Amino acid sequence: MGAVFALVTVLAFVIVVYVGVGVAGLKSLFGIVIPYAAFLVFLLGMVYRMIDWAKVPVPFRIVTTCGQQKSLRWIKRSRLEAPYNNFEVVLRMILEVFAFRSLFRNLKAELKGPNLIYGSYKWLWLGAIAFHYAFFTILLRHLRFFTYPVPEPIQILDQIDSFFHIGLPHLYMTDVVILAALTFLFLRRLADPKLRYISLASDYLPLFMIYGLVISGILMRHFFKVDVTQVKEFTMGLVHLKPKAPNVGVIFYIHLFFISALMAYFPFSKLVHMVGVFFSPTRNLANNSRAVRHEPAPWWKKPKFKTYCEWQEEFKEQLIESGQPIDEDCYEKK
Amino acid sequence: MAKLPKPDELIKSIDWTPPEKDWMDDVPPDIKPGRFCYPAKKNILEEIGFPNPRDWSPLDEDWKLPSNYREIIIEGMKDRLSKYRSFKLFMDICVRCGACADKCHYFLGSGDPKNMPVLRAELLRSIYKGELTWQGKFFGKLAGARKLTEDIIKEWFYYYYQCSECRRCSVFCPYGIDTCEVTMMGRELLHLVGCNTNWILEPVRNCFKIGNHIGIPPHTIKEIIEYLCWDIEEVTGLKIEVPFNKKGAEILFVTPSGDYFAEPGIYTMMGYIILFHYLDLDWTMSTYASEGGNFGLFTSHEAMAKINAKIYHEAERLGVRFIIGGECGHMWRVKHQYMDTATGPAPKNLETPRSPITGTVFEHAKSTKMIHVCEFTADLIAHGKLELDPSRNDKYIVTFHDSCNPSRGMGFFEEPRYILKHVCNNFYDMPENTIREKTFCCGSGSGLNTDEFMEMRMRGGFPRANAVQYVRDKHGVNMLACICAIDRAALPTLMNYWAPDVKVCGVHELVANALVFPHEKTGERPRTLDMRQEPLKPEEEENA
Repeated sequence: MGAVFALVTVLAFVIVVYVGVGVAGLKSLFGIVIPYAAFLVFLLGMVYRMIDWAKVPVPFRIVTTCGQQKSLRWIKRSRLEAPYNNFEVVLRMILEVFAFRSLFRNLKAELKGPNLIYGSYKWLWLGAIAFHYAFFTILLRHLRFFTYPVPEPIQILDQIDSFFHIGLPHLYMTDVVILAALTFLFLRRLADPKLRYISLASDYLPLFMIYGLVISGILMRHFFKVDVTQVKEFTMGLVHLKPKAPNVGVIFYIHLFFISALMAYFPFSKLVHMVGVFFSPTRNLANNSRAVRHEPAPWWKKPKFKTYCEWQEEFKEQLIESGQPIDEDCYEKK
Repeated sequence: MAKLPKPDELIKSIDWTPPEKDWMDDVPPDIKPGRFCYPAKKNILEEIGFPNPRDWSPLDEDWKLPSNYREIIIEGMKDRLSKYRSFKLFMDICVRCGACADKCHYFLGSGDPKNMPVLRAELLRSIYKGELTWQGKFFGKLAGARKLTEDIIKEWFYYYYQCSECRRCSVFCPYGIDTCEVTMMGRELLHLVGCNTNWILEPVRNCFKIGNHIGIPPHTIKEIIEYLCWDIEEVTGLKIEVPFNKKGAEILFVTPSGDYFAEPGIYTMMGYIILFHYLDLDWTMSTYASEGGNFGLFTSHEAMAKINAKIYHEAERLGVRFIIGGECGHMWRVKHQYMDTATGPAPKNLETPRSPITGTVFEHAKSTKMIHVCEFTADLIAHGKLELDPSRNDKYIVTFHDSCNPSRGMGFFEEPRYILKHVCNNFYDMPENTIREKTFCCGSGSGLNTDEFMEMRMRGGFPRANAVQYVRDKHGVNMLACICAIDRAALPTLMNYWAPDVKVCGVHELVANALVFPHEKTGERPRTLDMRQEPLKPEEEENA
């Protein structure tokens, strides 16, 4: 049901743009107002989310250790899985953010007769890595529309991505990869009953929005062949805050609308995991809480408890009878 | 009490396929005997000043919640969202990738989809969204949002007491989302409306008032330990007196009270006593701070701190130099990750722990001034300060159960293994995906080790037991060593159910078996019995 809702939403997007631009001719609205507004929502929304998290204290040092702690000198410790200082934490975070370390650990449990078996299961990791890196590369590639002259690294990236020279204009490898990865990430949600059970409409929606974004992009490049010169004029206009809506096919406006929708949706959805991961207290703290005091949160109050002297008064008889020492200091203090 | 299915019936009943019905509509849960713990008694809640004391049962239709339970919970949730970044973040960033789904032992053993960590968190997350975010209020179910109802309180109670806060899911989560944090918050919220369990809160009350979970008064503690010393005399011929509340001792020793009275914990306790006597250590126990464990951790952060604070208080009064903590799982999560922040800084008289025998300075504990007894012993062995005869443990083929909390809350893997490899000749680890940071819970952690919860314990313990069965069949393992008092209480039952020929022990029980005293070497009184007063070499007895 969630998937159907997401699909309908995305199709509605297409219709809205088609009617808005193709029929009503609202090019400035879809070309200028919505993209700027979406970008603003994205920026402010993300800053808001980050501040919202950052202002909540981390009261305790709740690291999840996935390797040997630092204790005795002759025991080899794991710097990456149980970091002891901030430098090692940075290394752990780099692995987590750039290599999806934890996902790489993934196992798949199977019950075979009376035995539980855990096999390595890296498909999710592979799908996730492929998707994120392809998306990232595509974003970088798009910088060629927002810069003039185009910086050399971006040009080189473009050449590498279209290295195989399939078709004209050349097919980008990342386009193929992202489509494959999206399809995998979508199908696994449908195919695995457990995942189907936990998946919400808000899990399918971003997938479908990105599908829409990618497909409209590919259509525009390879099939509808939008006038790139006009597009570049328009994007440079966006950069210089002097935008003029281009006279190009609706497909371009659909592409633009998808990225706008995604940007606006980003800060208010699960997509905030992109920055959230940096805040995760089980990963971004050092496992040195016995060596370095983690200061308590401002709201934390030291507990009130039954002191020894109060306790001694209560159990005095039993203490004396069983020959346990009575602390005279308890009385001197009074 | 509910009838427990036989092991083969239980395995046959496991089905990981979720039902057709949407989980959001599947409330209230079908509450089954054997899968919940009895509620906290009225007088217990009254004594510790917790809200809404009453007589009730989870099987009742009416849970007698306060009439304004919705406001109470929502305010409590807002309050915690502003105090714990973990909670706020974990409510916000889950993408439901499902990597955690088959990592939970309760899910693996029960197939109940709400035991998938992602869904366990979603039970709370959906209310957070539905009551506190505009997206949830506006889009409702599409955004995974629900409104709080009495049925949802029932669902929370059922499933937040089917989580042992073991944090295995957190290892596999790409964002480190820790269901333990979510369960802790869920339980804290449930306390606000008086839904909690007696098995946790009675020990908490005992700790507050008397000093340990079981509520043993000081004279009885001394008596119990004296009994153990008589047993030690039987086994070793040594007359040992354990120091209590001794001012000016060098070391305060704190261990879970489970080690005082119940098998096989008592053998571990005997192990500590024998080891400290061997070293002629200047140590003391306290009958005031007589609990190392901390059921407060399973209650609330405040209760945890209130229980733990006594240890520093007592260390200050006695004027000791540092603290050694016994083998215990959740206790060490508290000592490692919470103690200093919640109840520190350590009193001034404490110093960075330094082994009086080897001179090793435990720099990694320079702030809390508290070390794990396995760190202490491993250091002794590495320096050759213990004369050990591992052949005394030859009747045992040993494997090691990594307890959840020292594993994923400390990174405590090599110390106990190092000791085991020196005190016994036959040691085999379980398969790698079931040990160390990927270790499985005993099925009874976080205050769920009660009899009425037995079916869920056997289900949750199945992944652990299954790995034990594997090494039993492959290597003939007959002894499961562990460093946790809840394990020592829970694993014998689990083994009895799944692998009846495997016994359970603490690491220091095996240390004490192997420890050679001078008088034993001279042949004056050779050791023939182990800590359990059974012959060290069973076949000799048969021959005799």
